[in-house]
Amino acid sequence: MVESIRSLQIRHVLNQIISLGMIVTSALIIWKGLMCVTGSESPVVVVLSGSMEPGFKRGDILFLHMSKDPIRAGEIVVFNVDGREIPIVHRVIKVHERQDTGRLMFSLKNDLRDNNFGDDRLLYAHGQLWLQRHHIMGRAVGFLPYVGWVTIIMTEKPIIKYLLIGALGLLVITSKE
Amino acid sequence: MHSFGYRANAVVTLAVTILAVMCSMASLSDNFNVPSPTAEVKVLNINWFQKQANGNDEVMPWSSSFTYFKHFGHPIQPFVAMLYVLRYTFYNRHVKVSLTVNISADLSSLFTWNTKQVFVFVAAEYETPQNALNQVSLWDGIIPSKDHAKFWIHTTNKYRLIDTPGFFNTQNPPKKSKLLNGLNIRFTPSSISLLFLHGC
Repeated sequence: MVESIRSLQIRHVLNQIISLGMIVTSALIIWKGLMCVTGSESPVVVVLSGSMEPGFKRGDILFLHMSKDPIRAGEIVVFNVDGREIPIVHRVIKVHERQDTGRLMFSLKNDLRDNNFGDDRLLYAHGQLWLQRHHIMGRAVGFLPYVGWVTIIMTEKPIIKYLLIGALGLLVITSKE
Repeated sequence: MHSFGYRANAVVTLAVTILAVMCSMASLSDNFNVPSPTAEVKVLNINWFQKQANGNDEVMPWSSSFTYFKHFGHPIQPFVAMLYVLRYTFYNRHVKVSLTVNISADLSSLFTWNTKQVFVFVAAEYETPQNALNQVSLWDGIIPSKDHAKFWIHTTNKYRLIDTPGFFNTQNPPKKSKLLNGLNIRFTPSSISLLFLHGC
């Protein structure tokens, strides 16, 4: 009698562990699949600063896509500066494409402020004057307003992240279905 | 069966589904819109400035001879203006140039339900011996709504006309014929059409 109950419980627990594993793995599959389809390292980014207002406000989510088409002036791109991990969303204002190698050099600018320099070179690494194609993560093709605030809050106040994960874990364990 | 959680779940699912359907309809209906924007750029004047020793900018006396508009009664052809600009800054490094332009446009046909804003810019597109394509932005502006879509602006260029280093050097001077053929000021409105309806 006792053994049958114990074996039922073990089965139940194993079931839950496996379904949890399935959820996590399918999320990972979707993320990696998005990375392949869009051709960008990070297909979804959160806008962190208000530099592109009134278009994109802090807390918006941007969907990126990177295609082989050459990048031209006027496009909104997300790029990484050498040595920094935080992606920046700005607009391309200058493009120079060399004859022989086809190498492109860009200069970008935020939409909001008209600074005297006319571009955002101050943000680049020391000594870096231009951006090249390998710095660009992707072009912005779609956006969702306000949803990114969840990520911003979780990054700035990690306590909330732990609370959420703890609560979710509790829910999974105590649910009977 | 009819617990609070169950009902909340059902309501939220229905709301999100309806929202998603509405947003995809709005973005699909964008394909039916055929935009017909019109725009015109007139270059009125080329201003030459020279830096004085104390750092002040001095308008060169002979820049008044280039008030083409006053002399000839019609604005300069944009590509001729660019040619003057590039050629004279090549020969005089310490001379700075700015263009005075008239920009008029009617972009109201670009605004649909799916349009968030229209970003408008004037870029100079040209070819040099070193670079197959150069695009340098001279002026840009944001049009937030259809009310502001028809506009007329008299302004100087917002951004300086600078080419990459290595173009203006004595070993590789710009080829005149290539400049003339490759220069044109292209007015490209680009509208941001977004996947999800904004403001619904």
